[in-house]
Order: sequence, then C-alpha cells, then structure tokens
Amino acid sequence: MTAPLLEVDRLCKYFPIHGGLLRRVVNHVRAVDDVSFSIGAGEVVGLVGESGSGKTTAGRTILRLEKATSGAVRFRGTNIMALPASEMRAYRRKMQIIFQDPYASLNPREKVREVLTHPLRLHRIGNRADHEDRAISLLEKVGLSRDHLDRFPHEFSGGQRQRIGIARALAVEPDFIVADEPVSALDVSIQAQVINLLDDLKTDLDLTMLFIAHDLGVVEHICDRIVVMYLGRVMEIASAADLYARPNHPYTQALLSAVPIPEPGRRRTRVALRGDIPSPIDPPSGCVFRTRCPMAIADCARVVPELRKVGEGHLSACIRTT
Amino acid sequence: MDRTRGTEAPPLLEVRDLQTTFDLSKTLSVRAVDGVSFSVEAGETLAIVGESGSGKSVTSLSIMGLLPKEAGRITGGSIRLDGREISALSDVEMREIRGREIGMIFQEPMTSLNPVHTVGRQIAEMVVRHTGMSRAAARRRAIEMLDLVGIPEPGRRVDTYPHEMSGGMRQRAMIAMALSCEPRILIADEPTTALDVTIQAQMLELMDDLQKRLGMAIVFITHDLGVVAEVADRVVVMYAAQVVETARVEDIFRTPRMPYTAGLMASIPRLGASSARKRRLKAIPGTVPALTSLPEGCRFHPRCAFATDLCRSAVPALEATGDGHMIRCARWRELTLDVGQAS
Repeated sequence: MTAPLLEVDRLCKYFPIHGGLLRRVVNHVRAVDDVSFSIGAGEVVGLVGESGSGKTTAGRTILRLEKATSGAVRFRGTNIMALPASEMRAYRRKMQIIFQDPYASLNPREKVREVLTHPLRLHRIGNRADHEDRAISLLEKVGLSRDHLDRFPHEFSGGQRQRIGIARALAVEPDFIVADEPVSALDVSIQAQVINLLDDLKTDLDLTMLFIAHDLGVVEHICDRIVVMYLGRVMEIASAADLYARPNHPYTQALLSAVPIPEPGRRRTRVALRGDIPSPIDPPSGCVFRTRCPMAIADCARVVPELRKVGEGHLSACIRTT
Repeated sequence: MDRTRGTEAPPLLEVRDLQTTFDLSKTLSVRAVDGVSFSVEAGETLAIVGESGSGKSVTSLSIMGLLPKEAGRITGGSIRLDGREISALSDVEMREIRGREIGMIFQEPMTSLNPVHTVGRQIAEMVVRHTGMSRAAARRRAIEMLDLVGIPEPGRRVDTYPHEMSGGMRQRAMIAMALSCEPRILIADEPTTALDVTIQAQMLELMDDLQKRLGMAIVFITHDLGVVAEVADRVVVMYAAQVVETARVEDIFRTPRMPYTAGLMASIPRLGASSARKRRLKAIPGTVPALTSLPEGCRFHPRCAFATDLCRSAVPALEATGDGHMIRCARWRELTLDVGQAS
C-alpha cells in the first residue's frame, strides 16, 4: 500500500452532558472512542455502522468540524488537530465534505454560479475571469451543463442537487473528500446515477475519499476498504472483498447477514442479534458489542479488545475469533 | 395463494381502477393514484414498490380512508373488503373497519402511538372499542400482544409510555397494537425504512412469524427491493401514479417485463458483487416526472431505452401477458430485458 494520505490515530470525541442545577457536566456521550485507521492516496475507504455507531461524528471530527477530545489526525504526516486556525485554513481547502441532504447544504438564494465560485473566492484561487470557466467545467464533470449556471437550488431534482454538492466539493481541487451518506436520500434509480458519477470521479481525478454510509451494498460497491464501527468503536477493517467473503467480527457477520438480498427465495442463515444498540452514554464494559453478541463469554466484559491482524490487511477487534 | 374459499368468493381486498386526486392549490389538482388495481388474499403478502411520487403511499392512505381531508379524495374506482365497497363509507364507519378489519403500521411508530398514554392503555382501549371486551380482559390481551411481538417483561412494559421505549421496542408496540384485534389485513407503509438493518431483520422475521400464526394478508409498501424479495409473494410496481407491472415475486426479479422494473433491478448495488469483478451500475437516466407535468404517452418513455414513436404518443394499457405478469408497456411482446447483473 502507498504511504497513507490520512492517518486517524486513537481519535476520541466525547460530547458532554450537562445536568443538575448548575448545569455541570454529569456524563459524556462517547460518540467516537479510540478510533484508528488510515487512508492511502487514491483510496476510497468506507465507514459503516448503524445509527449511534459514531460514523458521522468521526467524519466531522476528522475534518475538524468538531473539536476532537483526544487523538490525532495526520494529513500527509501533519497532525491537523494540533494546528492553529491560521494554519488550518490551508488544510481546509485540501479537505472537503459532501453532505447527505444537498438541499440543506446549499444556500437557497445562491445561484449555482455563486455556489461553485464562492469557495474559489474564499480560498483565493485563480482570478474572477477564470472562475466562470471553472464553474462550467465543474458542472460538466458532474453531468450538468453551463445552462444550469444561473439557476437556483430549488429548480433542481434531488439527484441534480447532489451533483451540485459534489461539484462544489471538487471546486477547490481537494486532496481528500468526506462523503457523508451522499446517496441515502436519493431514489434507487437516481442513486445509481450518483454512484456511477462518484466511481468515474474516483478514476478520473484519483480521489481519496472517506465514504460514510449505512447501506452495505452501496459501500461495498464503491469502496476499496471498509471500516466497521459499532457504538463509537472500530470492530473490523478489511478490503471490501475480504469483508464480505470472510467477515471476522461477530458484529460484521450479523450486520452482513441482516441485509436483505434482492433475490427471492435465497434464504440465508441469519445471525440474529438480540435487542437494541445500547446507549453511548453508558456503553457496556469490555467489548461494547458483547450485550448483543451471540458468542460473548465472561471475559468479553473485562477486556476492551484491541484490533489485531486476522489476515493480510484485515483487522478485527474480538477476543473470540481467530 | 389460498384457493379453498371457492371460485365464487371475492378476494379479501380488491382495489379496482382506483383514482385519488389531490388539490395542490385552488386551481391545480393532480391524480396521485391513477387507475390502480390489485387484490390480496388471506395469508398472502403483496408488496407495492415505487420511488418517491409513485403513488404507493397515497394508495394505502386511500384504502384506509386516511387521506388528508382538505386536499385528497377518491375520485373513481372501488375498494372492496370481502366484496363490500368501503371507498365511500363515512368516517364513523371507516373507524369501525380500521383496527378491527384492517390494521396499520407506519414508518414512524409515533404516528400510531399516543405519547400521553401508556402503551397498554392504548392497546386495551382499541380492544374494548372493537370487541367489547371488559377492561380487565383487554389489559390481559394487551400483555399477551406485547409478549407475542417479543417485548421482554410484557407485564411491566404494559404500563410504560412510548417515549420510555427504544426505537425497536416502539416499533414492536405499534405492531402489537395493529394486530390486537386480529385484523384480516395489515397495511404496512415503509415499516422498517427508518430502522437499522439488524433491527429491520428482527421486524421482518416478526411480521412473517405473526402472519403464519394469525393468517392475515399483508400489504407491504416499500421502496427497498431487498425487503420486497424477502417478504413478498406478489409485487405491484408503481411509477408516476400508475401500476406498471404486477407479478409473482420470483418473476418480477428474474424476468421483469416492463423496462422500468428491469431498470430498477439493474440499478441496485448488490452485496457480494465485488467478490467477482465490480460492474458499473446500470442507472436509469433522467428523473421521475412530476405529476403536474407528466409526459404524453407512456409515462416512462423519456427515460426508456426502448421508446418508439408509439410510446411517445399512445398511453399503454395494463395487459396480462399470460405468464402471470400484468404489464403496462406497448412493446412487451417484442422485448427481452436484461436484468443486467448476474446472480
């Protein structure tokens, strides 16, 4: 593997809970707890998990849209968590985000022209005369055209708005993009268009991306490697093909087996999980998954399992599997 | 399918040529459901699939008599429950049917659960109203139902409020309430869409189990083809307010005959596909048309790879193909469709 473009090292993000008469901090939500993984240049890494897994918070904390509680995020070797705001500015340009709901992330009073040239002005890229050309070439890159320059976000369909969101993220030619559930709000037939677009951009622009999603079919399709999170922690990391063919962690096995497959009559052995995801305010001791794990033993309550190698480029945090 | 009722007996639920109109403003109205027909038998699960704006949810609201009063109304066709026309019943009469004959569950459990009453009281009240059971018996029934849907310690949970339950628990409580009077039909409108996959798997299993035990018919409305494959016996595919294809679930997935259905099948990323070589998804070009600006002829023609002049001018009828499909496509006799992804 090439040297990592981005290294996430023991990242933690705890949200304080205030209570009592004096609104003192009485507890924390451990949204992201000791998360480590890396992303190589040109690699697309998927971050999957169910609600409350901390995947979205992890993405936002990596971009410093949330302040990390502890841990480091190294971008080409520089820990950006420790940078002063003035120096962070240069890194902001290199790291962009695509949101789930493009409508909520676009200013309704800004025409597409402004949406796309705004980041160029903000980061003082090129001159005004170039901006228009760049906006047009961005639109063409995402399958729209110059005719769309003077329209407002509400004049577009959901799929088109997501294309604009993608064009905006690409405007400053970032080295790294966090895509947070970019296709979840789209209809199936439109979702495929946007996935294909991201696939093309990945090939054409050699994009490095952290792709956050709950839909395992989508993630497996678009990602090279996948990080599985549960209740703020990393359960397993593997290549997309390996994760599907040889899931090691009992949680990954259960998650994969729960996905309905669009093939009638193909009944699978399902790893049934009992109950709901526990609260991240008071996560179980030891392995956070043990309360729902079909393989849990007494030791699982005592030890927080470390990620260990179970195959080439394949890590799993479970003391019960080999 | 249950054929023991004899050939003369009407279907349990039969929707024929249903038309539902919505007023968007004083001068503008759209047909959100345009000539929809299907039937469901006891013990059978019928899935209605479609993307946003297809009319699948409005179809279910029409059946339940829950269209928003000011804006929506049934403007044609019939809805028969055991042969009895229910589309023109009064609110009072419909209230008797909902809960008793037709149970309902929704994506958001708080649509059916009242936040200010305990779960047990809500179930018991429904049972008392529809069956005339005593309060004490109704409470026992509520506990029994909570137990049936797999809620632990039902004797204690019966006295909890909805907000004291987890999302998955609430979903179960909603199902318990919907089934408490043993309705013969359960209408489930995207009941698992907001749930995580591991919880969704629990719910689908629960519904399947309850159907086997209680023998009710299920009308399952969803956009998720994976869920359809798992739960449905038969499938109705809707597009732009119309039914475009109906068939048994195996046939819909293996040999879709309508280009839109085939397009949907080819556009889903399938888990496990990367173990072979990753293939480019076959996306359907364009977007779903707005009901206010529907294309002439076949409503799918602007996005269809097989469209001809005929498709652009003439509205195709829903036709039976003889092999169990009903298809709205002028060219179905000549087309062989590729589902696009080997399985």
